[in-house]
Amino acid sequence: MKEPFVETRELSYRYESADAAEPRVLRDLSVTIGKGEFVAVLGHNGSGKSTFAKLLNMILTPTGGKVFVMGKDITDENMTDEEVLALRKRMGMVFQNPDNQLVATIVEDDVAFGPENLGVPSKEIRRRVDEALSELGMSDYATHEPHRLSGGQKQRVAIAGILAMLPDCIIFDESTAMLDPVGRKEVMDAVVRLNREKGITVIMITHYMEEAALADRIIVLNDGRVLLDGSPEAVFEEEALLRSCGLAVPQCTELVHRLREAGIPLDGACVFPEQCAELIMKSLNKER
Amino acid sequence: MKSIAFGQYYPADSILHRLDPRIKVILTVLYIVCSFLCKNIISFALLLASALLLIAAGKIPLKVILRGLRPVLIILIFTAFLNIFWTKGETLLFGWRFIKIYAEGLYAAAFILVRIATLIIGTGMLLTYTTTPIALTDALEDLLSPLKKLHVPVHSFAMMMTIALRFIPTLTEETDKIMTAQKARGADFSEGSLVKRAKALIPILIPLVVSAFNRAEDLAIAMECRCYHGGEGRTRMTVRRLRFVDFIPLALVLLLGASLILLNILGFGYTMR
Ligand SMILES: Nc1ncnc2c1ncn2[C@@H]1O[C@H](COP(=O)(O)OP(=O)(O)OP(=O)(O)O)[C@@H](O)[C@H]1O
Ligand SMILES: [Mg+2]
Repeated sequence: MKEPFVETRELSYRYESADAAEPRVLRDLSVTIGKGEFVAVLGHNGSGKSTFAKLLNMILTPTGGKVFVMGKDITDENMTDEEVLALRKRMGMVFQNPDNQLVATIVEDDVAFGPENLGVPSKEIRRRVDEALSELGMSDYATHEPHRLSGGQKQRVAIAGILAMLPDCIIFDESTAMLDPVGRKEVMDAVVRLNREKGITVIMITHYMEEAALADRIIVLNDGRVLLDGSPEAVFEEEALLRSCGLAVPQCTELVHRLREAGIPLDGACVFPEQCAELIMKSLNKER
Repeated sequence: MKSIAFGQYYPADSILHRLDPRIKVILTVLYIVCSFLCKNIISFALLLASALLLIAAGKIPLKVILRGLRPVLIILIFTAFLNIFWTKGETLLFGWRFIKIYAEGLYAAAFILVRIATLIIGTGMLLTYTTTPIALTDALEDLLSPLKKLHVPVHSFAMMMTIALRFIPTLTEETDKIMTAQKARGADFSEGSLVKRAKALIPILIPLVVSAFNRAEDLAIAMECRCYHGGEGRTRMTVRRLRFVDFIPLALVLLLGASLILLNILGFGYTMR
């Protein structure tokens, strides 16, 4: 196992506004996420994914349990303001609606917002902004107004804004949910690249199984608990269990499962369409 | 695209675009003062000339400027009209029954036209067209920063302004969407009495306000995630240092003001009372 980056111990949370009869949103959640890992978090609506994400950077304070980031207990009551800022710098977060997370009227000013808050010297901010924009292929739009960009472009600007803070980890809370297929691909390509090339730990909350398949590991939340935790191959094998909590598997995985049920021998796991095609080819060749 | 009542930044590379925004804010104030110093025909000619000079210096197409004047066109025409027909003077140019037009009326109309037009062109050229809203709010924050000592939340106001500017297009778009949605459900915004039409706006305003609150909540969380914690310890990507050239326009406007005062004392040509 890689060196742990985030660790939650019996983490639980209850919204203050929720009435007492309602169960806690998170119930004794214990997971460890390694440094540089790409983890997808799945779960049906209301299963507590966003709550989980917000607990990791102290936007919400847990009602029970602990969260450790790089070995440091961030739920400690004696955390100073500086430590909270340092934590948020480390754990960047990108949200669903790109319109609601861009602050400035010019792309590059928006990307500069985070470093400016951190008190980074001006020259260094300039350098980081240029680098972050070029990393996400948005250099040509540096002086554009965000509201004239496409959804995928806006979301890339939002990611650049986080990247300019030089985070160790980025949490994406359904960041592709409002995008069209083109925008979704743009964003996913960027996410995968940041993880593979820059070694940034990625925690990706999503409803798209095809996106989750790209991760190293999938954590499935159900009613505030971990239902499944493993590689995409292993998690998608549990089709029945996933279905019972309102989730599906990628179409290609489903196809392979159905073919198997129909008595066609296909062995091996499949999470990508290419793998699916290969499995079917293999079985056809065997028959011949 | 969305046309918003106040002028919008027009990207170009010009002297005015490069001028320090703080200077531009001061220049705008001085320019407004100048336009009110004008009393006679020569001063108004000077004012008009300075507005034209500003247009040339800002490299903004005339089309854009005329578009900026359009919203006030009615007011312009109306005030000119009032001045022409209502001003009583000594030299009667035209008289027919109760309609009497005096030379003084024509002058007054021309003066007021020039004054309003130059005011709009001046503020537009110096601020809205050539200064990004961010640079403008930064400049205001800088200029007002002495007030921080009196515990005036200057940074918060500047931040609020920036966010308002950022969200105007988003909310405009949203209003369009809601209106279309309500029209599809049979709402009618264009017919009926004033009360009826005002009532028809309620189903637009309520969703708009609700969504604005949701956006505000989202934005607040996103800003917190990006380490926003007020103005303290904040740096800026673009730090502006005043250069020598930034003072030249300031000197020019002061010169303009001085000449206007001088002209008032000397009283050339027709002088407004
Ligand atoms: N501010 C709040 N106050 C009270 N209850 C809340 C609040 N935010 C969320 N909840 C409740 O907490 C539960 C978990 O919400 P959460 O947003 O974490 O779910 P989620 O997994 O992110 O869902 P989605 O897929 O819809 O984004 C839901 O039942 C929701 O109704
Ligand atoms: Mg959510």
